[in-house]
Amino acid sequence: MMQFIWAFVIGGAICVLGQLLIDVGKLTPAHTMSTLVVLGAIADGIGIYDPFIKFAGAGATVPITSFGNALVHGALEELQQDGYIGIITGIFEVTSAGISSAIIFSFLAAILVRPKG
Amino acid sequence: MLKGHQSWTFASKPVIAATATVVGPDEGLGPLGDEFDIVHGDATLGQKTWEKAEKALLEEAAQRTLDKAGLTGGQVQFYIGGDLMNQIISNTFAARTLNMPYIGIFGACSTSMEGLALAAQLMDAGAAHHVMCGTCSHNSTAEKQFRYPTEYGSQKPPTAQYTVTGAGAALLAREGAGPVVSAATIGRIVDMGIKDPFNMGAAMAPAAVDTITAHCRDLGIEPGHYDLIVTGDLGAVGYAIAHELFAKHRFPIEQTVYDDCGLLIYDREKQAVQAGGSGCGCSATVTYGHLLKRMQRGELRRILVVATGALLSPLSFQQGESIPCIAHAVAIEAGGEA
Amino acid sequence: MANNKKKNMTMTQQEYQQLAKRIEPKRPVLKNCLRAFLVGGIICVIGQVLMEMFIHWFGFTEKTAGNPTVAVLIFISVVLTSFGVYDKISQWAGAGSAVPVTGFANSLCSAAIEHRAEGVVLGIGGNMFKLAGSVIVFGIVTAFLVGILHLLFGVGR
Repeated sequence: MMQFIWAFVIGGAICVLGQLLIDVGKLTPAHTMSTLVVLGAIADGIGIYDPFIKFAGAGATVPITSFGNALVHGALEELQQDGYIGIITGIFEVTSAGISSAIIFSFLAAILVRPKG
Repeated sequence: MLKGHQSWTFASKPVIAATATVVGPDEGLGPLGDEFDIVHGDATLGQKTWEKAEKALLEEAAQRTLDKAGLTGGQVQFYIGGDLMNQIISNTFAARTLNMPYIGIFGACSTSMEGLALAAQLMDAGAAHHVMCGTCSHNSTAEKQFRYPTEYGSQKPPTAQYTVTGAGAALLAREGAGPVVSAATIGRIVDMGIKDPFNMGAAMAPAAVDTITAHCRDLGIEPGHYDLIVTGDLGAVGYAIAHELFAKHRFPIEQTVYDDCGLLIYDREKQAVQAGGSGCGCSATVTYGHLLKRMQRGELRRILVVATGALLSPLSFQQGESIPCIAHAVAIEAGGEA
Repeated sequence: MANNKKKNMTMTQQEYQQLAKRIEPKRPVLKNCLRAFLVGGIICVIGQVLMEMFIHWFGFTEKTAGNPTVAVLIFISVVLTSFGVYDKISQWAGAGSAVPVTGFANSLCSAAIEHRAEGVVLGIGGNMFKLAGSVIVFGIVTAFLVGILHLLFGVGR
């Protein structure tokens, strides 16, 4: 039960950070999302994103910050296993479900529907 | 004839012999919904792409204008038109079917009056018997080109404006019944360093004020000469700024009624249009649909329509440039006696 | 009152911008943040529900349940975008619908749908990453830099 509450609170808080970047920072959506991804990546770099996921659950895995975390995760795991080449071979390891499904479903949608305006 | 520094007066008083306005569903639902010639219930107009729909809007407006004037394309010397699309393709592709020698212009949302001013000048100079001017805009083509894909979930700020889906065309003739074009002022580009494409009202207001003051200075008249001065699409934000600028320059705008087409075309309470309407079609449809009808009903004798345009491109914004703007004014008077 | 950022503008331009700033309606920041919090939180709770579902009913582990969860959320976002509903939700929810992975899917899907008009290869294929491209590029470049730093300074994970 607590897990759901934390998911709600943390997920909501990350979105509020995004909203502040847009409304107060006057950043475009693209700038905002890029900033959040970079923050997620740096957070995993210093090792704080994994414990964050343990306690916030989906509140930390659903926002776009987790994409940054997943990219770094992949890179660092491969780095440990394969040495320095792992930095570039590992990047897409963990995120492929998200990117693949987004591309596939979007492509199908574009074939099937027209924009509504 | 040249008057003052940047204005023309038209002694031959070219007559607006016919006009036509074609709009989309949102405009039909607005306060002026009944005053447009054709209201489409579907913004695609049954076409495959948004760009084809915008072209169809303009074709319909131009054809309807010809029908009302009882003329064919072959009897009109020139068509002057422009729109927001890259390389003004809506007008170019529509002109293919219209069979009139074509002069393409670009003034962004000021195109309607830029075209009308040039058309009146051609008539007055004896360079044509009939000239048609037209313009169009479409909410979805504008969003797709200048902002984001139409289904993208970005949150629009309260200063944003809603591009009108509509086309307006007018045909000028030497004589006949109808309102006449008596004068015009060509604006200068004014850039006050505003960079936000979601706040065009603030970018355009200085250009509107510059042109209106230049018009009165050139013609040696006061704003009270007109029953109504209307700007093209300053929207709520630009309209408020214009008021302040008039006060700052001690320009007695209170002598007349000052309004804005972007505020007239939509009901801002009921329709989600943020600061109001914008787009080439905004000033065209409101002027040719609503304001000229008011003149016909005898409610207005002399009006000054000041169409305002923001001359940015999607690339200039990305490269950090500010938004240069322009405003063109045309004075229209009730005519009638042939 | 010139400052560094405005060095390139004349006094008149600076004065005008102050005037415009004064008149411009302020963005309702508090209202937007509350809405973003609410919608973002709900989407994450849905994600949590999905994760529990995949763990308890479909035999995924805590580590692997993230994948089908993200796929389902993306599917839902694509469906809402296709029905023309996602942008209406976003006008209300702001970052609440843009920040979760659903917003990422919406950016791909909306670009793909819009540019279908230019054909399958150049339109859909060429434009799909119009909006999401920066997210992917910056994520990868940062991951690379983080990896390099770990390699050089050997900070263990």
